[in-house]
Amino acid sequence: MITIGLLHSTIRGDEKLIIAAARSRSVDLILIDIREQIFSRDCWNHRIDVALERSVSTVKGMYAVDFMESIGIPVVNSSAVGRICQDKFLTSLVLKERGVATLDFGMVFSLEQAEELITQLGGYPVVLKPPTGSWGRLLAKINDRDALEALIDHKQILGSPDHKALYLQEYIAKKGRDIRAFVINGETIAAIYRDSAHWITNTARGGKSSNCPVTPELSKLCKKASDAIGGGILAMDVVETDDGLKIIEVNHTMEFKNSEKPTGVSISGAIVDYCIKELGIRN
Amino acid sequence: MAIQNTTCPVCEASVEIPEGTVESEVLTCADCSTQLVVDSISAEGVQVSEAPAVEEDWGE
Repeated sequence: MITIGLLHSTIRGDEKLIIAAARSRSVDLILIDIREQIFSRDCWNHRIDVALERSVSTVKGMYAVDFMESIGIPVVNSSAVGRICQDKFLTSLVLKERGVATLDFGMVFSLEQAEELITQLGGYPVVLKPPTGSWGRLLAKINDRDALEALIDHKQILGSPDHKALYLQEYIAKKGRDIRAFVINGETIAAIYRDSAHWITNTARGGKSSNCPVTPELSKLCKKASDAIGGGILAMDVVETDDGLKIIEVNHTMEFKNSEKPTGVSISGAIVDYCIKELGIRN
Repeated sequence: MAIQNTTCPVCEASVEIPEGTVESEVLTCADCSTQLVVDSISAEGVQVSEAPAVEEDWGE
């Protein structure tokens, strides 16, 4: 029997669904709380065939993945995929390089360069995002130069070194919604609309989810983005623009517990199936 | 179905521990809405504590 090691910190509803999906498939799944581990070759004693990384902490999750790969255990998602997705600037660079439709963006470190970049992006408003981070935290829609100046001033004084890296992205008026697509090794298995009157549509920030049909356009875009990132289990945020669908960002430890019901798709089941398939490919 | 109850460390209300609950799982106290994390499950009972606050690198 295949043994999947679920690398976790707090167990959310998403992990509970994965546990149930593994049980229904007669797959042995063991819970490995990464906060209690010693990631050293001399101490590690779990016997698993494949690891599924589900840490709520990106930093800890990445180190756990690095360790697993170093001892020859395949991990979903790989460190290569995680490194790209955990950094919005890296993700944007990879998508642009591979010709994937995505929003225009840039990285600057000062007010003067930010002003020049904003002109290149077509002017205000623009969106300022921390290169790392999730759940819509610390996003800022910058409507004018005064706001830009104030935000950069705050970041220079209050932020850690990471916050001094200013990732700016073009702003798209979302028509009240965007799309979250669930993509497993290039196949879009389900998608939801995230409806919100607010420009931030994350469900963590109150966006309401409903089923979104997986159209050929959405499938094609997500396949191209998945190929660019390196495959695996990905959640893609997509915006509808006058020029067609575009990727906003890509997530590598996706949350899906509120998306199975509206889509009618067992995303958790597809995750477990992918882990089994991935192990088969590597062996 | 609740398998047993424990006490909320914040408001001292009784918290139902549903069947299938695992260690490290996050629960919400129905009385005070505090997010709780399950520290241990044993024959002696279920221990919970306040869930850690969200950190900067948490999320997808």
